[in-house]
Amino acid sequence: MFERTVKDQRNQRTERLFRILFLLMSGVLIVPVFAVLGFLFYKGAPALSWAFLTTWPEDGMTAGGILPALFGTLWLVGVALLVSVPIGVAAAIYLSEYAKDNWMTRVINLAIINLAGVPSIVHALFGVGAFVLFFEFGTSILAASLTLAVMTLPVVIVSTREALQAVPQAFREASWSLGNTRWQTIRHVVLPNSGSGILTGIILEVSRTVGETVPVMFTGAAFFLPYLPTSVFDQTMAMSLHLFVVTTQVPGVPEQLPFGVALVLILMVLVLNSASILFRSRLRRRKKW
Amino acid sequence: MAEPQASAIRTRGLNLWYGDFQALFDVDLDVAPKQVTSLIGPSGCGKSTLLRSINRINERIDSVRMEGEIRVLGHDVLAPEIEKAQLRKRVGMVFQRPNPLPLSIRDNVLFGWRIDHGGRPDKDEGEALLEESLRRVLLWDRVKDRLGQRATGLSLEEQQKLCIARLLPVQPQVLLMDEPCSALDPAATSAVEELIWELREQYTILLVTHNMAQARRASDDCVFMLMGKLVEKGPTGELFLTPQRQETADYIEGRYG
Repeated sequence: MFERTVKDQRNQRTERLFRILFLLMSGVLIVPVFAVLGFLFYKGAPALSWAFLTTWPEDGMTAGGILPALFGTLWLVGVALLVSVPIGVAAAIYLSEYAKDNWMTRVINLAIINLAGVPSIVHALFGVGAFVLFFEFGTSILAASLTLAVMTLPVVIVSTREALQAVPQAFREASWSLGNTRWQTIRHVVLPNSGSGILTGIILEVSRTVGETVPVMFTGAAFFLPYLPTSVFDQTMAMSLHLFVVTTQVPGVPEQLPFGVALVLILMVLVLNSASILFRSRLRRRKKW
Repeated sequence: MAEPQASAIRTRGLNLWYGDFQALFDVDLDVAPKQVTSLIGPSGCGKSTLLRSINRINERIDSVRMEGEIRVLGHDVLAPEIEKAQLRKRVGMVFQRPNPLPLSIRDNVLFGWRIDHGGRPDKDEGEALLEESLRRVLLWDRVKDRLGQRATGLSLEEQQKLCIARLLPVQPQVLLMDEPCSALDPAATSAVEELIWELREQYTILLVTHNMAQARRASDDCVFMLMGKLVEKGPTGELFLTPQRQETADYIEGRYG
């Protein structure tokens, strides 16, 4: 009664076929990740050392370390965060907690989606036009960071809004029904229960910002500078641009140098991403709704 | 401006729309002070909507529009000068699913009170309120040794009682309960019903319920609603024994619902 028929055998073959196909496809996805990482480590690891991180480039950037570029990237990302996080989080709070579903909210949402889709070179040009020239910040950390901030704002808004909306409506109702105002509810219920989610989004933003090349190249990052920036109105070197320069613009660079730069860059991103994963898992453990 | 207080809650000609959909039609509700009034009717008849318009928590939904009059403790609560936060302190609400915040038992009970008292409320006063509120809901003896533990670890019955206790420190006079036992098992249900019955000495209670046996057991007055209209109201015993309207009779006999 329950024996296997010819049809069952055919079904089983199809079953196995698709299973293997999907497995292969997910392999195709994972292989490049490990290939890239492995390759970078293999090529770049010899260049890595404490001195590499803490000394200046030498011999026309064909030797020495990456100190000014590393330092500059921290500046750029830091200032960009100072701008984009308050604006992005506030905007997300408005959209999630206050905004009514009307045409204006829809326009704002549309703007966010579109802003996220603008190519980075267009952002770079906008940055030149707006921050470098119109506001007369010149090519400077400020102009570059503002450009990066505008570029990553949608990321912050969208991820923060998602974190806020993950807070159960029942929590808000509990607070409202005790006579707390909207802001008291946000401050005492919504934000404490979405903090790690918001932080995760911010970290992902950072890891995106770290690697951006074109926008900073147009607006504030320099090929080479013999000094470290001391204010936001100075130019700076940056990791991403430095990688581009030592790879394509300077003759006679030993092979391991650009790989070393790339490795440091990707390690920064990896560390940040793992931090964000850690936060998320901590959040999940704490959540017992 | 307060009028002489015959009803704790009184609505007249209350109409409510969600966008184009009319959910309440000319509802005239009277809830006697310090009694339990149950609100029964089939799903979608508007009983929760009515309940949620009394503390105006309905208005969180963008498309809600109301017309008519709602008086709570003699005050016109739809008047423009009414502060919704103040209204909701006087009119507490208990929800279908117990919704303790992911905080300790202590922090849950004192949540509203602490925010109300701003910066640094007095600690001893807080502890006294905590004990009083938990005693009031018959929970003190069960949780007094673990006040610092997460409220979400309590049983559903305890959680629901905690949610009631949480309302008390901000000194409500009216309690709105939206099917407070529907997530509970029979033993927990009867425990919460007993508590509700006990609380009526001090509070006016409006209880939405799906469970007719519960309405019968645990309310003084009963209101039957159907399709957004208030069909019949009266003392619970009478309404169940000698309903005046055919729809009411059909519903309480279980012909629909």
